[in-house]
Amino acid sequence: MLEIRALSKSFGGVKATDNVSLDFADGSLTAVIGPNGAGKSTFFNLITGALRPDAGQILLNGVDMAGKTPPEIVRHGIGRAFQVASIFPSLTVEETMLAAVGADQRRASVMHHRFPLAETRDRAEHAMELLGLAGKRNRTAATLSHGDQKLLDIALALVLDPKVLLLDEPTAGMGTEERWRMIDKVRELWEKQKITVVFIEHDMDIVFKIAPQIVVLCYGRILATGTPDAIRSNEAVIEAYLGSDDHAGAVA
Amino acid sequence: MTELQAGQGAQPLEVPRIDARPQRYRDLLIALAAFSVLALLPMVFGSKQLLDFVIRCAAYGLFATSLNLLVGYTGLISFGHGMFFGLGAYGFGLMMQKTGVPIPVAFVATLAITFVVAVVIGAICVRLKEIYFAFVTLAFQMLIHSTILSWQSLTGGDQGLRGGIPRPPFLGIDLSNHLHLYITSCALLVIGLLLMRQIAQSPFGYTLRMIRDNATRASFIGIDVWRAKLVIFVLAALFAATGGIIMALFVSGAYPEFAYWTISGEGIFINMLGGVTTFLGPMVGTVLLLILNDTVTRLTEYHGIVLGIVILFFAIGLRKGLMDFVVEWFAQRRGEGRG
Repeated sequence: MLEIRALSKSFGGVKATDNVSLDFADGSLTAVIGPNGAGKSTFFNLITGALRPDAGQILLNGVDMAGKTPPEIVRHGIGRAFQVASIFPSLTVEETMLAAVGADQRRASVMHHRFPLAETRDRAEHAMELLGLAGKRNRTAATLSHGDQKLLDIALALVLDPKVLLLDEPTAGMGTEERWRMIDKVRELWEKQKITVVFIEHDMDIVFKIAPQIVVLCYGRILATGTPDAIRSNEAVIEAYLGSDDHAGAVA
Repeated sequence: MTELQAGQGAQPLEVPRIDARPQRYRDLLIALAAFSVLALLPMVFGSKQLLDFVIRCAAYGLFATSLNLLVGYTGLISFGHGMFFGLGAYGFGLMMQKTGVPIPVAFVATLAITFVVAVVIGAICVRLKEIYFAFVTLAFQMLIHSTILSWQSLTGGDQGLRGGIPRPPFLGIDLSNHLHLYITSCALLVIGLLLMRQIAQSPFGYTLRMIRDNATRASFIGIDVWRAKLVIFVLAALFAATGGIIMALFVSGAYPEFAYWTISGEGIFINMLGGVTTFLGPMVGTVLLLILNDTVTRLTEYHGIVLGIVILFFAIGLRKGLMDFVVEWFAQRRGEGRG
């Protein structure tokens, strides 16, 4: 259970996150939407420790993450993928996975030669299979297509067996068809892994189709939360977001 | 079919895997073979000059390879790595001159001192980003150099440690004997390289590569970036100090130049010559630089100009080190051969 309590962050007087309180139940799938500058990425950066909150709590199963460093938060079980695929360009897909698991095992032992442990290999293999990267294991990350780099970024988060997975715009920079494939993948991961997934998405069609739960942010505040139907008929949302952007499926 | 689809198991299953065991033994075998060749060398060529050359290669090779652990593997460009070379030479020389302990004790004690100094300096430096890291390491180098110069009563100032370093025999090894010194230097070199290879190939070595490629991402998969950087900074310092100890034994003294920033510069230069993408690149660079140095200084007094031109050739002409070039060339040829 991930509970956000009265989380706030300002940048020189601008409230990027303003008294946000939210609950994410274990195994839930939630989309975070909102116009540009609504504070979606800031929200993720606060949860993952990239930014330090001014106030509020981030409780993961009762343990407060606020003020902890990114590595500590990752080790507590909150993994993330980035809007712009954040990978290790010179490592191959397989090396990336093995190295990530090796570091996670806290046995980045200098005694081992490469990655001899069966457990390391199994975990790496599993993550590559899940994201369909196993056939490209020997490709250097820099040579992968944009879509595969995004998948590798997600694989990096998943291979650590997180309890909560935060995906910052998994479909950013993709064409329409590729978007749908990516979002199907996200849904598939969520169903298979039974973890809590929170993702930021701009495409309304996608959000309404796959997310059982939606959070709408606007100027750092929560405008509305609820099921797709509830959000679609929420007047505040229509006015602030859908209305201003008259085509609902617009790519922001 | 798009890339996303193609990823889903479209390729055949027969993909080579990174397998650990055979390579570990391979490294060990190569090391043993290299040591055997070096050890047999004196029987074939009696030339003292050649053996001297190899001893210097051992000292500089350990130093340059350890620098590559920082530069090539972790992306930490240290301009002050030479301070640990100087620290090793002075620490060992002073200990032998002042205390008269057995050589192995002085060796371990010197590494212990280096460890402490490296932890302190590293803890300050590794938090800094690129250019700041480079300059603060350089500043510490100059600090150590000027300490050596000004602390005349202990270090002999700009004259260096004179009067020779006593080299009492231990365990049947007599380092005042040239052949014994040669074999010991070769052994230290091979063991040092093997240990560094082990570090580079271990999971920790891959942690370093991740930090080099993308430190932010590394911290978001749970890696304490600054701690990993500190660990490799200290480890690299220990190998550099070992190089300095070999140098002190070789010249039977220690001189302020061993701790001057130009030593760090030479380390960087060697890495540029040999290349930082292969483990043995710096070793190749060391041999190249020493050969260049020796031949050029014999031919002309303007050796600085010649070395400068060689650097320009590698930096602008090849745009990489020799070993990088060779490896790429082979990879290309293999690629052409296939299809």
